[in-house]
Amino acid sequence: MQPFISHTGVAAPLLRINIDTDAIIPSREMKGVSKKGLGQGLFAVWRYNDIDARTPNPEFVLNQPDYTNTTILLAGDNFGCGSSREHAVWALAEYGIRAIIAPGFGSIFYQNCIRNGILPVTLANETVLDMAELMQSDPQSKQLTLDLERKLVIDCAGKQYSFEIADSHREMLLRGLDVIGLTLQLDDRLKAFEESYQQQFPWLYPNTNS
Amino acid sequence: MSKTLFEKIWDNHLVTELGDGASLIYIDRVFLHERTGSIALQSLSEADREVRHPTQVFCTMDHIVDTFPGRGDATVMPSGTAFIQSTRHEAQAAGITLFDIGDPRQGIAHVISPEQGIVQPGLTLVCPDSHTCTQGAMGAAAWGIGSSEAEHAMATQTLRINKPANMRVRFEGELGFGVTAKDMILHLIGRYGAKGGAGYAVEFAGSAVTSLSMEARMTLCNMAVEFAAFTGLVAPDDTTFTYLAGRPYAPVGEDWDQALRFWQTLYSDDEAIFDREIVIDASTIAPSVTWGTSPQHTCAITDTIPSLASFIDENDRTAAERALNYQGLEPGTVMSELQIDNAFIGSCTNARIEDLRMAATILKGHHVASHVKAICVPGSQQVKAQAEQEGLHQIFLDAGFEWRESGCSMCFFAGGEHFGAGERVLSTSNRNFESRQGPGTRTHLASPATVAASAIRGHITDPRTLMGNN
Ligand code: SF4
Repeated sequence: MQPFISHTGVAAPLLRINIDTDAIIPSREMKGVSKKGLGQGLFAVWRYNDIDARTPNPEFVLNQPDYTNTTILLAGDNFGCGSSREHAVWALAEYGIRAIIAPGFGSIFYQNCIRNGILPVTLANETVLDMAELMQSDPQSKQLTLDLERKLVIDCAGKQYSFEIADSHREMLLRGLDVIGLTLQLDDRLKAFEESYQQQFPWLYPNTNS
Repeated sequence: MSKTLFEKIWDNHLVTELGDGASLIYIDRVFLHERTGSIALQSLSEADREVRHPTQVFCTMDHIVDTFPGRGDATVMPSGTAFIQSTRHEAQAAGITLFDIGDPRQGIAHVISPEQGIVQPGLTLVCPDSHTCTQGAMGAAAWGIGSSEAEHAMATQTLRINKPANMRVRFEGELGFGVTAKDMILHLIGRYGAKGGAGYAVEFAGSAVTSLSMEARMTLCNMAVEFAAFTGLVAPDDTTFTYLAGRPYAPVGEDWDQALRFWQTLYSDDEAIFDREIVIDASTIAPSVTWGTSPQHTCAITDTIPSLASFIDENDRTAAERALNYQGLEPGTVMSELQIDNAFIGSCTNARIEDLRMAATILKGHHVASHVKAICVPGSQQVKAQAEQEGLHQIFLDAGFEWRESGCSMCFFAGGEHFGAGERVLSTSNRNFESRQGPGTRTHLASPATVAASAIRGHITDPRTLMGNN
């Protein structure tokens, strides 16, 4: 996994609340048993006037010239709610999104971000709206810097906003860890736990399989 | 120390603290389906990792498989067959239990897991599907995860997670005539918002919950994720134990006795501290229906669509405006005057045998309005068989409903079968998001009773007008 230490890029406002994972990657865009090839389908319903022909909808923010190099999304509350599909995060990552700033996230989506090297930043609604306003008023100010080591968002004017993130999540992102490998290093402890657990709850381990 | 039900389950499964705020939690059972499970299995095997305990991993075909009679691996969903066959291949290679197409146990994951007795009180169960919270109704900690986490769960039988906070939602008193668990959960989300449960494991309690059947509790917990909760759960009681006894994966004999003694300790202690508590007077809940594109856009079926001015929060107002625009509706519209084009009875929310019985009671002797396309998709093959044994399928067919094989079907759109653009669907499912049931399709959520009554009348209809002696 690509580590996330700090990142500077263009941020695009997508301030609707409750943007769900169906909207991020519509089901019909999940065409193969694969994590790849999803970037084209990102926000497909909003992004294209004709989905099959991939005719861009000029109204949609990511299609506007100022935002062609977007790597950060500024979103409304409860971003990524709904379906658990990790495809939403794979699609965002493939499109080039490295971070999302929102007042809140769907909880499965949040975990999926951490697992895939996308930084979810939680900031108060007013702060997100202020940032969006500043950007919209000045075409030169669309860049943000995200510094995960210092837990800061820094705008073009140098103004800093600090954010909270669980240490466990920060660590995983900073180091780009293979989490399964890391957990398997705890195998001794896991085995000891399993042994006593299975003795305590033997009915969960029937020999028969109906 | 006093603990909540969720804390008791959590503590039983705590392998170790990871020192950075996260805990390593033991996972008893993993459920997969062909839409997201196939990728998890595939990428696990690509990484040369094995499923740690294959006997604790189960998989079904529900999302992509067709629900037309006579179905096979071919589906109307583009490239759907590849998902089905890859899932089968990976499941066999990994040695996990697969409820395949043609298996009489096949059905929607969250319907068949309780039906087979796979989810049990006190255990942890995860599935790469957001409605896994349905299974919390059995008194388990069951929650939805992403595919990468599913890989982690299968490879290590654990997950690294941060402990959610505890909320209790108490529905006290008696539900009114014609009011169901679906109306309870819609009411809750309508009142406290689609993110009201964010960050919490939500225990549903109170006299109106303990008097619900097991299946109705599943409906209630099903939409905990629509409340943004980490999961929902209900303390196990005699209703739970009676439901579970004799199911294929339920313990028997001495194991049962031992399990039962343990299950009876699974409740929130009197002194347990909830970070938040909500109390709702169950008698005030009416049959409910959604008008917009978020489950929080809910009102009583007797109500009108709220005015935009009634939304104090600007974000909420913008969202409501957008929703009404999408739905082709105006504030002030009387819900019960809304004509519908389609009626859908199905999904992991409301496609169990009691749901079908409820709908059939209303449909009996009636026919759906001539302009309404009506579809019933049982939640599992076992539900379907049971319904057929009781003759319910005949009532549905005589009323003009299609009678399908089990699966998720048109609960969600994946490029295959769907409802038309601009068409209005009254649905027993759980999501009314834009284009959820088809591009441009307008979804309204309600109980099976409401959907059945509305299908007959051709417009949204208070089911009480067609129930009992009225
Ligand atoms: S029935 Fe619908 S909500 Fe339930 S698991 Fe299937 S697609 Fe998801």
